[in-house]
Amino acid sequence: MSAPISKRGRIARWALNLFAAAVLLYLFTPIIWIVAFSFNEPAGRFNIAWQRFTLDNWRDPFSNQGLTEAFVQSLRIAVLSTSVATVLGSMIAIALSRYSFKGSGPLNFLLVLPITTPEIVLGSSLAAMFLDWDINRGFATVLIAHIMFQVSFVALTVRARVRGFDWTLEHAAQDLGAKPLRTFWKVTFPLILPGILAAALLSFALSIDDFIITLFNAGSLSTFPIYIDGSFKVRFPPQINVLATTILLASVIVMVVGLLWGQRSRRQQS
Amino acid sequence: MIRLEAVRKQFGGFTAVERADLSIRRGEFFAMLGPSGCGKTTTLKMIAGFEQPTSGRVLLENVDVSRVPPYQRNVNTVFQQYALFPHMTVAENIAFGPRSKRVRRSVYLPQVREMLEVVRLSEFADRKPRQLSGGQQQRVALARALVNFPSALLLDEPLAALDLKLREAMQFELKRIQREVGITFVFVTHDQGEALTMSDRIAVMSQGVVEQVGTPEEIYNEPASLFVAGFIGSANLLPGRIAENSSEGSIVDLLAGPRVLAHGPEQMLVGSQVSVMLRPERLSLLPAAEAHQLQISGRGLEGTVRELVFQGASARILLQLPDGTRVVTNVATDADLPFLRPGDSVAMTWKPGAAYLISGWPEHAGANTTDVDSVEAAL
Repeated sequence: MSAPISKRGRIARWALNLFAAAVLLYLFTPIIWIVAFSFNEPAGRFNIAWQRFTLDNWRDPFSNQGLTEAFVQSLRIAVLSTSVATVLGSMIAIALSRYSFKGSGPLNFLLVLPITTPEIVLGSSLAAMFLDWDINRGFATVLIAHIMFQVSFVALTVRARVRGFDWTLEHAAQDLGAKPLRTFWKVTFPLILPGILAAALLSFALSIDDFIITLFNAGSLSTFPIYIDGSFKVRFPPQINVLATTILLASVIVMVVGLLWGQRSRRQQS
Repeated sequence: MIRLEAVRKQFGGFTAVERADLSIRRGEFFAMLGPSGCGKTTTLKMIAGFEQPTSGRVLLENVDVSRVPPYQRNVNTVFQQYALFPHMTVAENIAFGPRSKRVRRSVYLPQVREMLEVVRLSEFADRKPRQLSGGQQQRVALARALVNFPSALLLDEPLAALDLKLREAMQFELKRIQREVGITFVFVTHDQGEALTMSDRIAVMSQGVVEQVGTPEEIYNEPASLFVAGFIGSANLLPGRIAENSSEGSIVDLLAGPRVLAHGPEQMLVGSQVSVMLRPERLSLLPAAEAHQLQISGRGLEGTVRELVFQGASARILLQLPDGTRVVTNVATDADLPFLRPGDSVAMTWKPGAAYLISGWPEHAGANTTDVDSVEAAL
């Protein structure tokens, strides 16, 4: 039995619940809006006023060719840049935690820079550099730009995981006759893989939805966020909501799977 | 089998091992004993290959391996925290070595099974290390190392992570396994009790220097330095000068007054500074009236009882010599001690040969300060 609550206490608790509900509503309204309007049958070119419920948009998510192309470009860039950044960033993270070497201090600082620098500064200065070097902006420049900021995120995420790594395990492997490569692939890598996967997911998400840096370096290339921005001016097809909802769904699934996996491995450990 | 020749190891400005000359024999249970920071673990790492000597040579089976990486040396290590691979089962952990060396599956599988039997963990083959107790993890680490048939097994404080009861059980277990497999064990510890009970020979290290190598009996009865005498067991160290050398030993003028007869490893120059070591359990007490006669024979001291602590089988007695030096003795409680009360005068004596000579003077004359403290704390 809980202790009796005074009248003032009851009012305070009620107010707190109301406040929490308001905050949640504030956070989730845009998401609910996007999902809801993926089931709307729009009148005209703009899917912004509710007409009536339909599943047509979901039956044909790729009917809008420009949108589909932009979506595919975004996926291609995200997959490529994430692969490169995950490898580079993980290597930096391992080197930073495994060894202390000349320049590891400044390197730590440089890693944080791309994260703390405003995107507008990163994007514009990168664009200025490409312009100065007469490099045509497009797929390759966007890829380079994404890898640049992803490497930092990956390195910092993996390093947080590697920090608790017991390096005597590597000694043990070498002691048992494993050469350095085998030691890495059989011992170090499997143990830090969860950290690397988490870092890869994070940087994939960053790449998919990056707008500012991408806009500066895309040239005539259109990615998913850039297409959505442009579509506000001419037309806003419901397929945008469908694809956005798909991305949302995918990230929720990944999150839940990750959570369950983490719980399972924790249960095994205890 | 394993030989270290003038091995020295520096980390920047810090010298971890000043000079290590060691020769470890085949099939031996060899301990490296010393306080933390004495360089014993660094020495072990140089044998394993994780560290390379700054100068000097490490030889395994008469081959210089000073620059050979660990994965090409035929020695294996049991790490202090075991360093078992958490993502592999017990059997996979043990099979890691043979698989790294590309031993055929049909060859190593029976070996893994046999090792599991040796360490009595057959029914745990498919468990993960985290599902095992500390003692079981330790036995997995042993099996994982031994399955490679190393020419020597290196153990870094293998019992330090276990609780007291398990530690004692594992001491016997380690001895049994060593007899069973017949492999040289090199064992690093800071625990003198462990080293004395388990080892065939012990190297005592201090501040990067090997102070003495010998059997437990030699180390205990004939310590080569004041450090060894103080580190192993309890010792009363009485400073003095050599007065005279004779066939029976050396006569020493103690700073505390009387002359005593003692023997050492070699004749020392008349006038040189020496300490006479008397182990507490080698001292016996007699009524004060006999002190004079004993002192003439060079095997007696006179003192006053300061404290008396009953410990069951024996009593620990703190005595004070006339000059204030404090001496600890252990006396069997079945001995007749009706005359002992704090403040009583007594005579203290020992059998011929029990007084041992060590060159140099101790920092504190008399009993180890820790022994004095332990007697006083018990009151």
